[in-house]
Amino acid sequence: MDLRIAHLYPDLMSVYGDRGNVLALAQRARWRDIAVEVRAFTAGTAFDADWPDLWFFGGGQDQGQDIVGADLAGPNGDAVRASLANGAAALTICGGYQLLGHEYLPENAPAIPGLGVLDVRTRAGSLRFVGNLVAETPDGVLVGFENHSGRTYLGPNAKPLGTVVVGNGNNGEDKTEGAVQGKIVGTYSHGSCLPKNPWLADRLLAWALERRHGPQKLIPLDDREEKAASEQAAEVAKARA
Amino acid sequence: MPDPLALLANAAGKLTRLGLQLSGRGGTALPGLVALTIDPDFIAAVASSLAHGVVLVSGTNGKTTTTRMLSDIVRATGWGPIHNRSGSNLERGIAGALLTENDWRGQLRGDIGMFEVDEASLPRVLGRISPRVVLVTNLFRDQLDRYFEVDQLARRIGDAVAKLDPRVTLVLNADDPIVAWLGQRHGGPVVYFGVDDPAVGGLVPQAISDATRCPRCRQPLRYERVVLAHEGDWSCPSCGLARPERDVSATRVVLTSLSSEIQLRTAVASAFDPVRVPIAGLYNAYNALAALAVARALDIALPTAALAIANFRPAFGRLEQVAVDGRELRLILVKNPAGFNAAIGALLEMGGRPRLLAALNDRDADGRDVSWIWDADFETLAPAVEHAVVTGIRSRDLANRLKYAGIARDRIEVVDQWGSAIDRALGGAAPGGEVVVLATYTAMLALRGELARRGHVANFWED
Repeated sequence: MDLRIAHLYPDLMSVYGDRGNVLALAQRARWRDIAVEVRAFTAGTAFDADWPDLWFFGGGQDQGQDIVGADLAGPNGDAVRASLANGAAALTICGGYQLLGHEYLPENAPAIPGLGVLDVRTRAGSLRFVGNLVAETPDGVLVGFENHSGRTYLGPNAKPLGTVVVGNGNNGEDKTEGAVQGKIVGTYSHGSCLPKNPWLADRLLAWALERRHGPQKLIPLDDREEKAASEQAAEVAKARA
Repeated sequence: MPDPLALLANAAGKLTRLGLQLSGRGGTALPGLVALTIDPDFIAAVASSLAHGVVLVSGTNGKTTTTRMLSDIVRATGWGPIHNRSGSNLERGIAGALLTENDWRGQLRGDIGMFEVDEASLPRVLGRISPRVVLVTNLFRDQLDRYFEVDQLARRIGDAVAKLDPRVTLVLNADDPIVAWLGQRHGGPVVYFGVDDPAVGGLVPQAISDATRCPRCRQPLRYERVVLAHEGDWSCPSCGLARPERDVSATRVVLTSLSSEIQLRTAVASAFDPVRVPIAGLYNAYNALAALAVARALDIALPTAALAIANFRPAFGRLEQVAVDGRELRLILVKNPAGFNAAIGALLEMGGRPRLLAALNDRDADGRDVSWIWDADFETLAPAVEHAVVTGIRSRDLANRLKYAGIARDRIEVVDQWGSAIDRALGGAAPGGEVVVLATYTAMLALRGELARRGHVANFWED
């Protein structure tokens, strides 16, 4: 069996250790004897919508987000949309999460349209949320670190990924963190996210493999280190909250 | 120092310092904070009396080592540097250094200020005091919870540079596009330094980069050669912006396991004996090059500067070696991906199969966000690692990082107490063997504290 991971704009949208998510997905597949290929999808090159089983889209600097926004407004955005409609899975974090929503509304400028595949809207906030983030989800605890000034609000088609226990999450108001819609996951959790939240990594892997290989039951892995990291991070977060 | 407010701040700061000394505590932050609270212009008021002016050293990596080299250089030329020695490089650290070196009437014992400034504080410090020389070593992603993104930081520093007095000399790394671009915003003289040896390139593949785009037109940059991270021979095919001419250039860099030699080409001297840098790693050769460029900006003769560098002794946790129970500990401070990759590049150049003591903390001085360990290239280090003892507030994150980098489970041991971690790491090493300590700032302080308690090293503030 093989898995294809598309890393979207790794040169522009990979701050805060986002690369760790791709490393985690690839390793967890290899440990199960699943061959993995990771390809970089960069601005200005034509995207092959048929290739990816899984998209990873991280956070970027402001400069990066302008270029990425422009690239996604063209045929590459259509390719990502088509791929997601045809069963590819996606993990999007921070800036990537915002760009998959309907729009990003800056303070004193016109709205920047997103891909519109996640039913969320984001507006600029004045205070930046920087700190540990812990959320409870039906499948396990989500532990990470958030660093964003965007405030994201969910529409009826997107379900929150979890409920905030420590930190701010989507908007600091409604206690929601992240969004799930079909096989698309958005979150504000860096950390990196997946190495400490293996349940989420495996859910994405199963969704991704399904596209070309049919429904999969993944072999369980020994996640002692992952769980220890998650527990220690949650303890530190709660002690400082 | 005629200003009564500055005198009052001086007295209050010195009293605070005395109080801390009487209660047996070290450190330099609090007295400086007290003085700055009373007089926000305290640094400028005191520093204005320095005959040879003030040199500010900033950038992400290499500040402490470069500033120490520079202090040695100016001392060799007969000047008296005032230096914020302990890597305490926020404004309060500078104020603290001034308090240590002046008397109750505000008379300074030195004649040149040699201050390292945290890159996030640089715009504010530039607005407060008028330096003679400003060095920016490099700009990489670092502790994003504190400094935010590199672009934003570069813009803020650029805005401060644009307001600088044209008499100020900027000393900039030509190989770093973000840093070199700052030169375009300055109305005064700029001295550029860079590495021009075509054979030089790190062993570490550059997995991350903060400068993929042109700082002027934002189109993708092209690199003929990469030295470290995004430092290299860069140019922009779209707008033609390119690496500026180097005024101080290393035409040949020879790295050995404990030192390096740099052959210089400068605009003033066409040939020069190689400068010996007695501290390993390409990044330390860069630091020496930066120090030599500042020496040039200060009109210090190159032979004087080269000799001072040849006699240099490394700072706290910068490849410092400590003998403990017949074993050597090699202390390496790590705080961001670029610094980590440069350090492990140096480590791998030394060869062998290192035993590690790795310590990860997430206090403010370390960066509260530990995500950076996933940008650091542990994958390159992993195959060489014999065994790793892992400790610190976020030891489990680090152990998990080592696991994903491919280090086998039975080679990773998590140990909770600093003392126990040192014991386990030393216990595993053969007599005469070496343990490489990779630690973040406060973790290194804690490990150093434990070694000091055992009588192996001096406390860092005695340095």
